[in-house]
Amino acid sequence: MRAFFDSDIWFSFTRSWVTMGSAIIAFICIAGAIAAPWLAPHNPFDLASLQLMDAFKPPAWTMEGDPLYPLGTDDQGRDMLSAIMYGARVSLLVGFSATIFATVLGVSVGLLAGYLGGTVDALLMRIADIQLTFPSILVALLIDGIVRAAVPREVHDQIALFVVILAIGVSEWPKFARTVRGSTLVERNKEYVLAARVIGLGRFKIMLQHVLPNVLGPVLVIGTLNLALAILAEATLSFLGVGVPPTQPSLGTLIRIGNDFLFSGEWWITIFPGVALIIMVLSVNLLGDWLRDALNPKLR
Amino acid sequence: MFAFIISRILQALPVMLVVSFISFAMFAYVGDPVSIMLGQDFTEAQRAELVASLGLDKPFFVQFLTFLGNAVQGEFGLSYRLSRPVAELIGERAPATLELALCAAFIAMAVGVPMGVYTGLYRHSWLSRFFLTFSLIGVSLPTFLIGILLILTFAVWLGWLPSFGRGDVRQLGFWATGFTTWSGVKAMILPAVTLGLFQLTLIMRLVRAEMLEVMRTDYIKFARARGLSNRAINFGHALKNTLVPVITIAGLQLGAIIAFAIVTETVFQWPGMGLLFIQSVGSADIPVMAAYLMLIALVFVVINLIVDLLYYAVDPRLRTRR
Amino acid sequence: MSLLEVRNLRVEFPTRRGTLVALDDVSFAIAPGEVLGVVGESGAGKSMTGAAIIGLLEPPGRIAGGQILLEGRRIDNLRYDDMRRIRGKQIGAIFQDPLTTLNPLYTVGRQLVETITTHLPLNPAQARARAIEWLERVGIPAAAQRIDSYPHEFSGGMRQRVVIALALCAEPKLIVADEPTTALDVSIQAQIIALLKGLARDQGTAMMLVTHDMGVIAETADRVAVMYAGRIAEIGPVREVVKQARHPYSAGLMASIPPMDRRVDKLAAIEGSMPRLSAIPQGCAYNPRCPRVFSRCVVERPDLIPAGTTDAACWLYAPGAPA
Repeated sequence: MRAFFDSDIWFSFTRSWVTMGSAIIAFICIAGAIAAPWLAPHNPFDLASLQLMDAFKPPAWTMEGDPLYPLGTDDQGRDMLSAIMYGARVSLLVGFSATIFATVLGVSVGLLAGYLGGTVDALLMRIADIQLTFPSILVALLIDGIVRAAVPREVHDQIALFVVILAIGVSEWPKFARTVRGSTLVERNKEYVLAARVIGLGRFKIMLQHVLPNVLGPVLVIGTLNLALAILAEATLSFLGVGVPPTQPSLGTLIRIGNDFLFSGEWWITIFPGVALIIMVLSVNLLGDWLRDALNPKLR
Repeated sequence: MFAFIISRILQALPVMLVVSFISFAMFAYVGDPVSIMLGQDFTEAQRAELVASLGLDKPFFVQFLTFLGNAVQGEFGLSYRLSRPVAELIGERAPATLELALCAAFIAMAVGVPMGVYTGLYRHSWLSRFFLTFSLIGVSLPTFLIGILLILTFAVWLGWLPSFGRGDVRQLGFWATGFTTWSGVKAMILPAVTLGLFQLTLIMRLVRAEMLEVMRTDYIKFARARGLSNRAINFGHALKNTLVPVITIAGLQLGAIIAFAIVTETVFQWPGMGLLFIQSVGSADIPVMAAYLMLIALVFVVINLIVDLLYYAVDPRLRTRR
Repeated sequence: MSLLEVRNLRVEFPTRRGTLVALDDVSFAIAPGEVLGVVGESGAGKSMTGAAIIGLLEPPGRIAGGQILLEGRRIDNLRYDDMRRIRGKQIGAIFQDPLTTLNPLYTVGRQLVETITTHLPLNPAQARARAIEWLERVGIPAAAQRIDSYPHEFSGGMRQRVVIALALCAEPKLIVADEPTTALDVSIQAQIIALLKGLARDQGTAMMLVTHDMGVIAETADRVAVMYAGRIAEIGPVREVVKQARHPYSAGLMASIPPMDRRVDKLAAIEGSMPRLSAIPQGCAYNPRCPRVFSRCVVERPDLIPAGTTDAACWLYAPGAPA
C-alpha cells in the first residue's frame, strides 16, 4: 500500500486536478447509480406514485418548476432526477458487464493464440481481423437483430438485457485479443516461461499463473477506455430502439423518449439524461487517458 | 505491384465469404420466411409449393450457392416489411447515405487534419489546449446526442436549419442529389456535421499523436542538426511522415462513417440506407438486413483495398520489397 | 585561439525527485582541425556533451552553468533561430544509426540539396551538382544515379557515408560525431573511420569523436578526454593517455582492453560500476572503486590537475599526495 502511494502513478494522479476531479465525479456517478433505489427521491417506475397532473414540469429553477422535482418531469409525471439515476444504473450495468465479458473473452483468446501459436493463432487472429474490419456498433446491431428475429417477442423482452450485454461484449473482444496476443508472444520467449516449461508445468498453468499477470498492464488501459465505448454503444443501441427493454430504461432510452418532445419545448426531458451520459463517459475517458499516460514507459 | 493487388484481393475473399455465410444463415435459420410470406391461412399444398419454388427443400450447400449466385446479381428477394424488392429499396436510399457520408468525411478531414497538425506542433499554446479539450468532449459524446444538441440549437431555438429530411432533391439519372438545391444543402449541414464530428476528433487525436511521434525521431533531430529551417522541418519532413499512416486510418474511417450513418439518419430522419437498416432490425426484416450486411462488407473490403494501394503508392519502402 | 571552448559546463535534469546533474563542470577546448576523442562508459555524459554543444539537449535537460564558445563567441545562450544558423554551417553532427537518421520518405538527393541550399547561396541545379560531388567524395559508386535513391536502398555502410556527406556538405568547421561506427559491421567500421578522418583533414574540419570504442580513438584522435559520471577524468594526447594513463580510471580502462600480442588467463576489469546520476559519491566520483584512494578523495572533488603530459582530475597529482 505504501509503495502505491510512493509510486509515480499516484504522484501524477494527484498532480493533475483534472484527473482527480474526473475520478471523483465518476465515483459519485457510480455510487449514485448503484444506490439509486435508496437515494432517488422518487421511484419513477412505481406506476401508483405517478401523478399525471405533474407531467411536463420544467426544472425547479424555472418559473413553473416545482422543488419536488428538481430536474422536472416527463410526459407521464416521472421525476427526471430519479429516472436519470435509475437509467444511469442500467447504463453502467450494461457497460461494465459488456466490458468484463469482452475482457475475459479477449484476454483468453489472446493468451491462447499467443502462447499456442501455429494454426490456433492463425485461425483466431483471422477471426479477430475479419471482425475488426467492421465498426463494433455494426456487429452489436447485427447480433441484436439476429436474436430479435430468432426469438419471439415476449421471450426477447425478458432476455433483452443479456442480449445487449452479449452484443456489445462480442463486438469489443478483438481489441483485447490482439493486444494480449502481442504481449504473450513477447513473454513466451522470456526466461521465466522457459524455466516453467523445463520444470514441467502444464501449458495452461503456465499461461494462467505466469504469463497472464505480466500481460495485464495494457489491458487495464484498454478496459477503461472500452468502458466508455461500451456505455456509449449501449446508449446508441437503446436510442435506436434496439437496446435494453422498455421496462429497464437506460439513459439512452430516456434520451430517445425525450427526443419526441424536443420541438414542443420540453427540452429537459432529453437534455438532462444527455448531460448525465456525457459527464459519465467524459470522466471515464479522462481516467483512461491519464491511466494510459501514467502506465506508458515511454513518456516517463 | 500486380501481385500485390492479387494478394490483397485474395485476402479479402474470406471476409466476403464469411459475411455471405452469416447473411445466408440468417435467411435460412432465423424466423420462418415461408410463414411470413404466406400469412395466416394456407394449405399444406400451398406451403409445399412455396417451399419448392424457394428451393428451401434442397440441401444446405445448394441453397447457399443459390444465395451467393443471386447475391452477386443483386437479387435479395422481397423485404418482409415493405414487400418490395430489396435491391430496389437499397438503390433508392444509397445516394442519400453516400452524399451524407462524403460530406461528413470531408468535414472530418478538412478540419481534423489541420487541427491535429497544429496541436502536434504547438503543444502548449492555449489554442491547442482548447482543441484538445474539445476533442476529449467530442470523443465522449455519442453521435445521436450531438445530433440532438445541434437540432436543439439550430432548428428549435434559432430556427436556421431544418431538422429532418433531405430538402428538395434533383434527379440525375438514377441518382437523387441534394447538392444542387439550396434547401438540399441546408438540410445536409446538420447531419453532416453530426456524423463528421466524431471522426473529426478521432482524426485530430490521431494526427496529433503521429506528429508528436515523428517530432521525436532521429531524422528530425538530424534535420535540426543540419540547421534546416523550422518550416522545412515541420512542413517538409514532419508533415509528410505524419500523413502517411494517417491516410490509411482516414480511409478506414470512411467505412466507419458509413456505418455510423445509421445513427445520424435515425436522428434526422434522413432517408438513407442506415435508416432502412434500423427499421429492418426493429421489424426482423431479414432480407434487408442480409443485403445491407453484404453491401457494407463489400464497401469495407473495397475501401481497405484502396487504402492498401494508397499506402503502397506513398511509402517508397514498400515498393522495393518483394 | 581554439575553435571550440567549453568552460565549466553544467547540464541538469530537473526531475520530481530532485535535480540530476548530468554534466558537472566540464571544460575542454578543441583547436581548429584537431580531432578530440571522448570516451567513457554508457551514461558517462559523452553524448550529452555533444548534444549541449549543438544546442539540441532534450528537455527537460538544460544548460545550468558554464559557457560554450565557438571562435571566441558564446553559443550556449543563443536563441533557437540564431543557433540554427550555426548548426550545419559551423557545426555539423553525425549520429549513431544511419537508418533512423535519414528520412525514409525522401530521396538522398533531396535531403542533400535541401541542406546545401539552406546554407550556401546556390541555385537548385548547382546544389544538385554539389550533392553528386559529395556523394562521390564519400565513396558512393555511380553517384549521379544513386542520388535519386531512397535511404533503404543503401546498405548500412553506404547510408552512413550519406550521413557523413550530409554533415559535411555545408562545410562546417567542427563535426560532433556521436558513435558514428557503433551501428555498423566491424568490417565497415574501419572504412568509415578512415573516410571521416580523410575528409576532416582535407577540409581542415575539427572533430569531436564520441565513442566507447578505444580502438577507434587510438586510430583517429589527436587528443582524448576520458569521461566518468558526468565529469572529465583525464584529458591529453592520445598516445600518452593510452600508454601511460595517469588517472586510475583511465588506467583501468586501458588495462581492460585485451592485448593482441599475448595470452591472458583472465580479462582485467574494474570492480563495481559507474554510479547512477542520482547517487554520485561525494568527493571524487571514482573513489569507491579506486585502488589508490586516500583520505582527500572522499572529501573534495578534484579539478583537472596537470599530471605530466596529460591533465587528470585526481588528487594523486596535487602537491601533498601520498607517493
